[in-house]
Amino acid sequence: MSVLKYTEDHEWIRLDGDVATVGITPYAQEQLGDVVFVELPEVGRKAEQRKEIAVVESVKAASEIFAPVSGEVVEVNKALPEQPATVNSDPLGAGWFFKLRIADKSQLDKLMDEAAYKAFVEGQH
Amino acid sequence: MAESALSRTPLHKLHLELGAKMVPFAGYDMPVQYPSGILAEHLQTRSQAGLFDVSHMGQLRLTAKSGGPTPAVALERVVTSDIAGLAPGRMRYALFTNGAGGILDDLMVTNTGDHLILVVNAACKEADEAHLRAHIGAEVVIENLAARALLALQGPAAEAALARLVPACRALRFMQSAFWSIEGARCFVTRSGYTGEDGFEISVPGEAADGLARRLLGMPEVKPVGLGARDSLRLEAGLCLYGHDIDETTTPIEAGLAWSIGERRRREGGFPGAAVIQRQLREGTQRRRIGILPEGRQPAREHTEIQNPAGGKVGEITSGGFGPSLNGPLAMGYAETAVAAPGHALNLIVRGKPLPAKVVALPFVKTNYKR
Repeated sequence: MSVLKYTEDHEWIRLDGDVATVGITPYAQEQLGDVVFVELPEVGRKAEQRKEIAVVESVKAASEIFAPVSGEVVEVNKALPEQPATVNSDPLGAGWFFKLRIADKSQLDKLMDEAAYKAFVEGQH
Repeated sequence: MAESALSRTPLHKLHLELGAKMVPFAGYDMPVQYPSGILAEHLQTRSQAGLFDVSHMGQLRLTAKSGGPTPAVALERVVTSDIAGLAPGRMRYALFTNGAGGILDDLMVTNTGDHLILVVNAACKEADEAHLRAHIGAEVVIENLAARALLALQGPAAEAALARLVPACRALRFMQSAFWSIEGARCFVTRSGYTGEDGFEISVPGEAADGLARRLLGMPEVKPVGLGARDSLRLEAGLCLYGHDIDETTTPIEAGLAWSIGERRRREGGFPGAAVIQRQLREGTQRRRIGILPEGRQPAREHTEIQNPAGGKVGEITSGGFGPSLNGPLAMGYAETAVAAPGHALNLIVRGKPLPAKVVALPFVKTNYKR
């Protein structure tokens, strides 16, 4: 069974077993606009919660991706740097960024669930 | 700035109807993009035609006073370009300078025959008008045409679109102007723009702007384009954005805009900062505006440090991003003259890491003016 959580940085994290997939939310991609560049971390890198781990750039702006939880990068979406527009077209699916083996699952508990994130986004307007 | 404090152009309602993402820009609530997005809007303008609302820009009219000098003679005291030599029906790029040769604003000047029309940057328009009134207000009548909107119709299909309303527009050439009645409104049209493409800027009475915009947007070639794509289009065309690529600390010579000054003005001077600019024309400058092509896909943004291959700082990026037509990153900036020639290898320091790049000639994308 997978668990889907969201951060205040408009990232999503989906846990399957002890590996979590990370991407940015539909709201985030819409705010960014057309994504033209993605820089991913190296596999094996130790990610620290809330620290910069990747970069996403649109035509108009650069934005950091923060590690939603601490862990080790076990896989990255190799297709993404070649097809950065996938972040816009399928942010919750093929537009994923990287996978983390999570160190401390309790960090997930403090992130928002879908309902809380939806309220958070509405509060941004 | 609070949203309520933002000014609105006559097309504000239309922007909202079209689903634009609105942002504050120079005190106006302006469309940065429409639902199709900056990439699509940019490519639309290069392949067909884009309609831009640039009503936030300042439009000023200078008219002679009885017994006073011509507006051209008066204006030459505050700009570097040859205005007296500007034929009726012609438009020219010009620069307001300060006493140090720095650029106060860039503008377009059109000689309509009996007066001059100036189009200045939105963020500078109040200062520009005050500057004009202080320096030449006693000699010429200065009118702010704030009740007029300004539409830019840009792209290879702009002529075909506008010709449905004004067949005569086909005869207009780049940097020429005409007064036409369009859809019943008296418009002032120039064949000019800020995209590197052929196109027109249409000054239209504010109350007629919405109708004209809707008429143009109803044509198959024309789609709305926001400020986001306006920026990527002008950057690919190598055109300066005031407040970024040029400002009070840059001179026309450093900015590579010496071409705009004209032979007579170079010789005679008579504009603010003439001594500095004439000396720089003779002796050169320490730094130059350059075009920069980063290697790979990563954009380098404004304020990115430029280093030589040995790691010494040689300049800074003033505009940088992604060029949709170039299909890659591009930038402009200032670098020491010694490394400013096309072909020089440079490093851009992006997030602490050197990104290899090279100096290239401007524009990045071939311009497509109808001369």
